[in-house]
Amino acid sequence: MTEPLAEAADIVKFLGSGAGQVQALKGISLTLSGGELTLLMGPSGSGKTTLLSIIGCMLRPTRGAVRVCGKSTVDLGPEEAAKLRRDHIGFVFQSYHLFPTLTAAENVQLVFDVRGESSARALVKAREALATVGLSHKLKSFPLELSGGEQQRVAIARAIAGDAAVILADEPTASLDSENGQAIMRILADIAKEPGRTVLVVSHDPRILPFADRVVYMEDGHIVREERTGAGLSEKSEVERAVIGRRKR
Amino acid sequence: MPLVFTLAARNLFHDRLRFVATLVGIVFSMILVTVQMGLYLSFARMVTTMIDHAGADLWIMPSGTKSFEDPSLLDEQQRFRALSVDGVANAVPVVIGFAQWRMPSGRTTPVFIVGSDFRSGGLSPWNLVAGSLDDLEIPGAVAVDSSYLERLGVAGLDARAEIRDQKAQVMALTSGIRSFTTTPYVFAPLERARAYTGTPTNKATYLLVHLSPAADLEHVRSRLLADSSDIEVLKPAEFSDRSRSFWLFGTGAGAALMAGALLGVIVGTVIVAQTLYSSTKDHINEFATLRAIGSSGRYIHKVIIWQALLSAVIGFCIASGVGFLIVKETADTALPITMTPGLTLALFALTVVMCVLSAIAAIVQVIRIDPAMVFTR
Repeated sequence: MTEPLAEAADIVKFLGSGAGQVQALKGISLTLSGGELTLLMGPSGSGKTTLLSIIGCMLRPTRGAVRVCGKSTVDLGPEEAAKLRRDHIGFVFQSYHLFPTLTAAENVQLVFDVRGESSARALVKAREALATVGLSHKLKSFPLELSGGEQQRVAIARAIAGDAAVILADEPTASLDSENGQAIMRILADIAKEPGRTVLVVSHDPRILPFADRVVYMEDGHIVREERTGAGLSEKSEVERAVIGRRKR
Repeated sequence: MPLVFTLAARNLFHDRLRFVATLVGIVFSMILVTVQMGLYLSFARMVTTMIDHAGADLWIMPSGTKSFEDPSLLDEQQRFRALSVDGVANAVPVVIGFAQWRMPSGRTTPVFIVGSDFRSGGLSPWNLVAGSLDDLEIPGAVAVDSSYLERLGVAGLDARAEIRDQKAQVMALTSGIRSFTTTPYVFAPLERARAYTGTPTNKATYLLVHLSPAADLEHVRSRLLADSSDIEVLKPAEFSDRSRSFWLFGTGAGAALMAGALLGVIVGTVIVAQTLYSSTKDHINEFATLRAIGSSGRYIHKVIIWQALLSAVIGFCIASGVGFLIVKETADTALPITMTPGLTLALFALTVVMCVLSAIAAIVQVIRIDPAMVFTR
């Protein structure tokens, strides 16, 4: 484990306005350090995705401080936030969000194109990233020609291709079967081993607990439990038991 | 090829039906504008065709003359006054006027008589395709444009007719001298034109002034105006401008053509804007993803602008192909649609501007995009 790559301190976030206003986050603090995969778990509406959006510079907190790669993000304008995202943050979404008219390689190259980097370098880096996720043979395939698992692997390649230090994954296995979900988590866990990277995964899925170095459990806008496991969870942890217990109930 | 262009092009071609709708909008709009502007150009040229081909240095005309077709008359004395001014080499009278052309069949049609002394720098017929100026010296000889033969009810050279109960024989044919009023021009020597139009022998409509080689035009003009308050002396360009202004704007004809062209641009802009807007709306998830992965607002605008430009180029190519056919088909009609390289370039620029303007609604939509929406879709 190395220096913190992303830090959120005492984050409060209100969503909506007037009578419909809700407090999604109630003073949350979370630090993401290099070389670890953090799993953020909790029931729907607990504020996981809101926290992910704030750390990902897509949403501004109502109160609190956020730093990504040493830079405070709370006062950034939309363009500065976008620059921080393209330089330091990679996203993996539940529904992949690939561009259907671009090939797998082009989808990954897009990360470089938005940075204005040369297409020759972009192609090399895109190939490397796709090789990392085991898709060297699918460079020219369009998303519709790929399985769900393959599409998610392209999305991961897109997230890591630009050497982002912070990888934020929102329910990356939710649309996949068990086998593909495990494969995706293996890839994310491998990525998280790099000291200069941190991976935050938001999920409800207890099957991915063994891949986490640390599990943070949220409920009703609070972090209610946090468990660090070292090299992943080999046995059912307190948190996992809590999740499974809730499901059974 | 930049990926932003690839993304724009593929998104555009991916929605084929919408792309076809966009193209139909652009093509329809540009053809309408082409026809209106082509007619305007043609009209503007035809209005001044006599002035442009007269070859005079100055035109002397009665005060208040609005256009070449204005039938006000000058006194012949003006000619002698003009000839007495230093620097004037010649002052050639021109007589114009409407008359009735009686065909061999007995039917009549209006014609516009243009009479001058063809041998001394007068307003002679040009683009002769049959006969010669010498042939017009024969009594009763006239020159008409070959495109009006059917209208005049004659077959061609040597055909006979009557103007104002006087003999007229077609002894020369021209090509492309068409009148914007669609009334055929009939060229005749000066005295015969006076007879055909009922103009007194001491009157003329214009005097075409030719200057001596060393003469100063402005000096001569001021001298010509010095003793006469009832005439105007205009340079050919000034007279052309005045004629154009009268016919195109004084009568409202030009404004109507411009209004038609403007309507075409508005219709095209609305159609393209609508299709680009709905396309952007359909791809809003992708634009949000672009924003989420850190693209600048400018990059997203580039995607939309590229789509607009691609639509403009493809739409313009189709429209110009159709426009070319229209120009070709109307070339020999009474009112041909004129297309010049300058007008083609202007239309291309207009298409591009129209499509880029159309992209504004779509751009406004993506400016408001919330990248966090990718988590909820």
